[in-house]
Amino acid sequence: MELHETSYKLKSPSLVGRNALMAGIIGSLLSIVGFFLNSPQFFHAYLVAYTFWLTLVLGALFFVMLQHLVGAVWSIVLRRIAESIMSAVPLMAALFIPVLIGMHDLYHWSHADAVAVDHVLKAKSAYLNTTFFIIRSVVYFAVWFLLSRALYRASVQQDSRFDHIRLAKMKRISAAGMILFALTTTFAAFDWLMSLDPHWYSTIFGVYVFSGGLLSSIVAITLICVFMRRRGVLSKEITHEHYHDLGKLTFAFMVFWAYVAFSQYLLIWYANIPEETIWYHARWIGSWKAISLLLVFGHFVVPFFIMITRPAKRNLAMMTTMALWLLFMHWVDHYWLVMPTLHQEGAALSWIDVATMLAISGLCVWFIWRRLSANAIVPVSDPRLAESMEFTNV
Amino acid sequence: MVTTSGNPVGIVAEFDSPASLLHAAESLRDAGYRRFDCHSPFPIHGMDRAMGLRRSPLGWIVGMCALFGASGGLLLQWWTSAVDYPFVISGKPFFSYQAFVPVTFGLGVLLGAVAAVIGMLALSRLPMLHHPVFHSDRFARFSDEGFFVSIESSDKRFDSTETRSLIESVGGRNIETIAD
Repeated sequence: MELHETSYKLKSPSLVGRNALMAGIIGSLLSIVGFFLNSPQFFHAYLVAYTFWLTLVLGALFFVMLQHLVGAVWSIVLRRIAESIMSAVPLMAALFIPVLIGMHDLYHWSHADAVAVDHVLKAKSAYLNTTFFIIRSVVYFAVWFLLSRALYRASVQQDSRFDHIRLAKMKRISAAGMILFALTTTFAAFDWLMSLDPHWYSTIFGVYVFSGGLLSSIVAITLICVFMRRRGVLSKEITHEHYHDLGKLTFAFMVFWAYVAFSQYLLIWYANIPEETIWYHARWIGSWKAISLLLVFGHFVVPFFIMITRPAKRNLAMMTTMALWLLFMHWVDHYWLVMPTLHQEGAALSWIDVATMLAISGLCVWFIWRRLSANAIVPVSDPRLAESMEFTNV
Repeated sequence: MVTTSGNPVGIVAEFDSPASLLHAAESLRDAGYRRFDCHSPFPIHGMDRAMGLRRSPLGWIVGMCALFGASGGLLLQWWTSAVDYPFVISGKPFFSYQAFVPVTFGLGVLLGAVAAVIGMLALSRLPMLHHPVFHSDRFARFSDEGFFVSIESSDKRFDSTETRSLIESVGGRNIETIAD
């Protein structure tokens, strides 16, 4: 892996893309076997892996819009990496098809006979019905696709010639995009994850799903930077100061995740209404209790004390370890959101969980890496780029 | 104007530009001076390093105080709800830690924030209502257009002639002795 000195393009594409594609294909084949052997397990495992990656990709979209809106300079050198991650939206849309195929295995409310005898589901059927579900899904992907494509294209076009008008346009897109993003991610989380238990509801649920996604996209950016740094790419441009700032964001959104998770839990615990507490009760049965506690300590308490100091955030080995750990925790989080509807007695890890994760991870990494190699890996013509590389934390 | 009344407590010197002030700070740092300060109308990039300032211990003070506030908050609620006046609320246990989190968190943030403000003032030795450098009329320009260095005579390395020549050698002008 090498970088062209003036164009900042990856000269010799490494084996990352090819290996990832291989992993994706092997994972897909295994997943298909899993589908024929145990289709409910397959669809639930698929949804875990799918929402893991979807939230990560959407987190990157949020990251790009946020940096445009606040006019951040430090992150410009990282922007193309985040843009490459967010440009995987079309792939995510294609990968959504199996979820639609598995609708009847995943969503109880999609069975007309079940709705007919259930008063609550009947009352909700104006919203929770197959047709409207598909229409909404199309709208979400349309919004995400248009936003990510507009921002990616404007940014790449700027590489050949910088234009202030285009920069202003990206800021305007981000401003409107932020509002659309908040609405679409909230409702997508309601539709695809919360409606797994159609009797249960929580208004903050969308924010919870978003917070984990943003956190994992920040650690994914960190991991891509570290990966390239080890191969001598952008090792001078992306300095410890950037890792320190990524560390601060990781820390901040890890705390934000815990804050939102607890906000949801506290109100339900306090009110103690059975139709609300049932969701947490399902996650306290058998080994689910251990997974719940693993999330509390592994996704928040322990990383909080590890990452709170400044030296920890400037230590690359520490940051890499924490990034990998938090990505794993993000997967556990989504496993914990989805699987209790299938395995009610306790967590039961299956090889299909691994196969679907391998399939989607392979395809996503391949797609993102292809985008990363297609253009300069930093916004080369941005006049603030030099400033972004040289900044230091006080 | 050279102030002559009272005991000399240090000297101030003027510099032409941020760059020369930065250079002067580096020279003083390398010569082993500790009790000196740089004054400019705006923050100068890299000045902390040039002056050889160590990292502020404020973060640790804030962290410890936040931890103290949080544990104090939890202890307070445990004592009032479970020990001193046990009272059943919504059929929940006396020590319902879930319900205690907001106050625990709030007191942690409160004490941390208060410690940040007071600690910052204390470490900067503020409020300081007067300092002898203000005897110098010229020095007042530091908040407008001047770049100054002040060195206190309590510094171990301070020597009225040697320090003066060091300042001159790095471009200091209008050197004044400050008296209290």
